[in-house]
Amino acid sequence: MSDSPVLDVEGLAVTIGTRRGPARAVAGVDWSVQAGQTLALVGESGSGKSMSVLAATGLAPRTARVTGRVRLLGTDLTEVSPERRRRLRGRHVGFVFQDPMTSLNPVLTVGRQVSEAGEEHLGLTRRAARARAVELLDLVGIPSAAQRVDAYPHQFSGGMRQRVVIAMALACEPDLLIADEPTTALDVTTQAQIVELVADLQHRLGTAVVWITHDLGVVAGIADTVAVMYAGRIVEQGPVDAVFAHPAHPYTVALLAARPDPAARGADLVTIPGAPPSPWELPTGCAFFPRCPVRGDARCEHELPPLVPVSGRHQVRTFYPQATDGEDR
Amino acid sequence: MTEYAAVPRQREPAEVVAELDRLNVWFPTRAGVVRAVDGVSLRIRRGETLGLVGESGSGKSTAGLALLRLVDPSAGTVRVAGQDVTRWSRRRLRALRRRVAMVFQDPQASLDPRRTIGASIAEPLIVHRLVDGAAARRQRVAELLDLVGLRRELADRHPHELSGGQRQRVGIARALAGEPDLIVLDEPIASLDLSVQAQIMNLLRRLQRDLGLTYLFIAHDLAAVEHMSDRLAVMYLGRIVETGTPAQIWRRPAHPYTAALLSAIPVADPQVERRRRRIILRGDVPSPVDPPAGCRFRTRCPQARAECAETDPVLVEVDPGHRAACLFAGDAVRAMSVTEPRRAGGSD
Ligand SMILES: Nc1ncnc2c1ncn2[C@@H]1O[C@H](COP(=O)(O)OP(=O)(O)OP(=O)(O)O)[C@@H](O)[C@H]1O
Ligand SMILES: Nc1ncnc2c1ncn2[C@@H]1O[C@H](COP(=O)(O)OP(=O)(O)OP(=O)(O)O)[C@@H](O)[C@H]1O
Ligand code: SF4
Ligand SMILES: [Mg+2]
Ligand SMILES: [Mg+2]
Repeated sequence: MSDSPVLDVEGLAVTIGTRRGPARAVAGVDWSVQAGQTLALVGESGSGKSMSVLAATGLAPRTARVTGRVRLLGTDLTEVSPERRRRLRGRHVGFVFQDPMTSLNPVLTVGRQVSEAGEEHLGLTRRAARARAVELLDLVGIPSAAQRVDAYPHQFSGGMRQRVVIAMALACEPDLLIADEPTTALDVTTQAQIVELVADLQHRLGTAVVWITHDLGVVAGIADTVAVMYAGRIVEQGPVDAVFAHPAHPYTVALLAARPDPAARGADLVTIPGAPPSPWELPTGCAFFPRCPVRGDARCEHELPPLVPVSGRHQVRTFYPQATDGEDR
Repeated sequence: MTEYAAVPRQREPAEVVAELDRLNVWFPTRAGVVRAVDGVSLRIRRGETLGLVGESGSGKSTAGLALLRLVDPSAGTVRVAGQDVTRWSRRRLRALRRRVAMVFQDPQASLDPRRTIGASIAEPLIVHRLVDGAAARRQRVAELLDLVGLRRELADRHPHELSGGQRQRVGIARALAGEPDLIVLDEPIASLDLSVQAQIMNLLRRLQRDLGLTYLFIAHDLAAVEHMSDRLAVMYLGRIVETGTPAQIWRRPAHPYTAALLSAIPVADPQVERRRRRIILRGDVPSPVDPPAGCRFRTRCPQARAECAETDPVLVEVDPGHRAACLFAGDAVRAMSVTEPRRAGGSD
């Protein structure tokens, strides 16, 4: 596996102009993902997961001001023309979103939609593209793909539509697959199918994957590396085993503890009081301070904690790293 | 209540708060008759939480709505507090809807955006004529806000000024207003943030302990259902395919569908996930317009045999209090082939 990342994001920040004033959706994040590897971005609603990947790939809304550096296969996307950026994205990045209908055109057959990407970015003829569409639909587990290729999206179930979207995302043989909550709207049984499918394709094709989710169980199953986001920043990141076994940020510790644990039936769940801050009024200090069970000091309230190493590539943004040994497992 | 005294009590055990008996709820549509609930029997006893799980479209919400008679049964019986309410008139149903309250998934959609929180919570008090006078009503609203852990000042706010978790607390306060025998909780935490889900689950359990409430807890999230429930019922395509305690079902699922469902739940532990063997179900849930003959699960069942197309299995006891609707209950699960672990073990 090569060491140069497929996508490398440095100091990415996104501020969105709104009627209520500037909203700091992403307040400076760094991450990268290697070929064949999966980076999971996890965090609560509004923490900036989607906006950070959209901004990284040049898809932030026009009202957004994006700063920082993003390199896709070594090319700095912030320095190329929008047209070149669009082409690079189309050629190298596939997207899967939570609602498959945001990616599908209801009036085109699924075959047409899957083959379009191949025609445009790989320069395939129409015939070749159609044959390839059947192949791809088959690859993502659509039964009798040769017949279903002429069906319309409404003739598929939610899970099958998401498979079609994955086929579309794979059509141009992307180096990077961005999956934004691809299974959140699906049943656990369908989620298991999709997770299996992506893992298998990744294994065969060596695709790098950025997978956004708020489900820590999904993270545990798919990720090589995990980045925990809170209020527009990464508060903890590292190899998935290290972060789950030794969560060091009070927020990560609390999140992991808030899940119902079959071994502790009857006990109250650990909760995090309050709610995350709004992007219009991010505090100057640690954004988790008002809810933090550690209740640090004035420094936590007024100074932004730096991202510090815990061990190896495991890093945490807190003045009070927690020493946990995952004894609850 | 005179409405209740007017009908002679059925010979049901007193502790059954609500019951569905061989209930069908069928919806005629242009594509045919949707058999949303098709022969469901379940009983909910006072003070317990019955968890209802199953894939999207399996009929969970419809079963819950039937308990409030918000959908009309096509066949079978709905009993609440020992009374057959299956054919109650609209006027009498008002009394039923005090006995059975409902909390919905989307707290945003279930509250009137133009009304204050206080007015929303007071509505059941007015409809059911529970308190006299504005002052007494205000007092009761304040008490209900206390109960669900909201500040009393919030009574004057509107829904959009509240967070999702706060709105769900309002939904719960509203449900409590009529002092119901049963609260149907339809995916009450699904739209909430992780850290808020735990808050709401704790609140629901505390209220149950303090007020002796009875819940039907409908959810997708099996870990949450397991945490909340005393008993579970698993639905598939309009039917209940397995019931038992969470411990029985978790330790020894007897229906292949339940086993697949359990094996699909991700666990927040990378070591466990890497070693896990999953039963991956192939294909989709068949249409409820035209469910498969015989066992409804047979088109996706890894253990289906020829007999499964012939006989429609009924719930049979596999252990005291643990029942499954599979011709080979227990054995089928034991024999089930599971997928290989997705990746070789060993961490980086
Ligand atoms: N188009 C927009 N205009 C204004 N604010 C926006 C816009 N898109 C996102 N935001 C804000 O930016 C912040 C980050 O949003 P983002 O969508 O990245 O969150 P997320 O972590 O993906 O959350 P979710 O889990 O709900 O998808 C949020 O506070 C959101 O309200
Ligand atoms: N009013 C209606 N008219 C026609 N079909 C309906 C109606 N209500 C529900 N259905 C259908 O009945 C079946 C059961 O729906 P129901 O909403 O009870 O499922 P559910 O288990 O609650 O699913 P979910 O987990 O998605 O909420 C589905 O196929 C649904 O499309
Ligand atoms: S009856 Fe047959 S098809 Fe149905 S669950 Fe049992 S083994 Fe599977
Ligand atoms: Mg998002
Ligand atoms: Mg439902």
